Amino acid sequence: MDDPYQILGVPKTASAEEIRKAYRRLAKQWHPDTNPDKPEAEARFKAISAANALLSDPEQRARFDRGEIDASGAERAPPGAYPGAGPGGGWREWAEAPQGARYQSRSYGFGGEGPGGSYEAEDFEDLLSRAFGTGARRGGPRRGADIQVALHVPFLDAVRGATRQVTLPDGRRINLTIPKGAQDGTVLRLAGQGMPGQGEGAPAGDILAVVEIEPHPLFRREGNDILLDLPVTLKEALLGAKVEVPTIEGPVTMTIPPYSSEGSRLRLRGRGIDGGHQIAVLHVVMPKGPEPALEEFLSGWTPRDGSNPRAGMHA
Amino acid sequence: MIRLEDLRGLVPEAPSAEVTVWIERRWLRAERAPDGAWVLTEMDVARVRLLTELRVTLEVTEEAMPVVLSLIDQLYDARRTVRALLGALEEQPDPVRQTVLAAARARSCAERGEA
Repeated sequence: MDDPYQILGVPKTASAEEIRKAYRRLAKQWHPDTNPDKPEAEARFKAISAANALLSDPEQRARFDRGEIDASGAERAPPGAYPGAGPGGGWREWAEAPQGARYQSRSYGFGGEGPGGSYEAEDFEDLLSRAFGTGARRGGPRRGADIQVALHVPFLDAVRGATRQVTLPDGRRINLTIPKGAQDGTVLRLAGQGMPGQGEGAPAGDILAVVEIEPHPLFRREGNDILLDLPVTLKEALLGAKVEVPTIEGPVTMTIPPYSSEGSRLRLRGRGIDGGHQIAVLHVVMPKGPEPALEEFLSGWTPRDGSNPRAGMHA
Repeated sequence: MIRLEDLRGLVPEAPSAEVTVWIERRWLRAERAPDGAWVLTEMDVARVRLLTELRVTLEVTEEAMPVVLSLIDQLYDARRTVRALLGALEEQPDPVRQTVLAAARARSCAERGEA
């Protein structure tokens, strides 16, 4: 079918009114009843009606102008998609069939300087071996797939190291050694414990246990250091004290120096992981109930250090 | 096997002067018959139709062709891979299919930044 604008003899910018007028004039002129002596009139009249049907519908006209549909109203196919195109058929059917690999993407001529030229074809086998471990190639012995399991480890087991028994998806139970200081996301590989290989001499895959560390109510980890929030009373913070604090290896006695501020970080040397330290972050806790003696003292107290702690705070 | 001279009957609108250039650039993977003439498979004929549509109907320039062709071929590479994976998935027991589909959906949601 030809360009509907040409058929009606109007420009692409024609208004709806111009199109309607052109259609009425041409329809009258080419109506088969008024042209019994012209056999081509009927085809002409049909073409005029079809052109008008397309262009008088604003939505269809817009789609035609954008090239989304052709003059017969059919969706315009993307390059290569023409079903039933005779011998050889449409490109899509071939390209999507397994033999389509004959035209696998590559750089075409010009030595690869074009934007498409540097593209390295990633073939299907590359993709598979990336997804299922190296050696998942077709033909010949195939290495078994790796089994990935999530291993939930209590905080202290990860810090101190531990042996845990885990049950695999296939029901086998195995012992896993969690190394001292294991971190979130550490992968423990059990070589040869994965899916069996296929074919003669094919090695089995591995078990990959991904460590997920459960949080601890007291301790946090910062590299090889262990952080602990340590509440102290107002009196302990001001006068200093010896307090018992938990560490990953059990409780130890720690000295709080006098005049320790909120948020001070006190270090327990060597009490972390592998030469790391434990760091106690002090949190000064105010007395819960009324303390008349303290109130009375503070009312009459003029600090020697009269500096303003908010000095320099300008937004 | 189809010879170049048969192509005129199969794809009349193909620019016959250009076809040998397509072969040289490997846009079209014709092979040599023992007598030295170029021969095409049925798939190659479909390729000629694609190249003709690009060069004649859509008027893609010779300079733009390598990029356009590479992109089209990459698209079909990807579609073949997806088809093969879907075909393999089809053969799996239902629980496996459901697990893989759920994981794939979760992934595509995450990539679109949805919760």
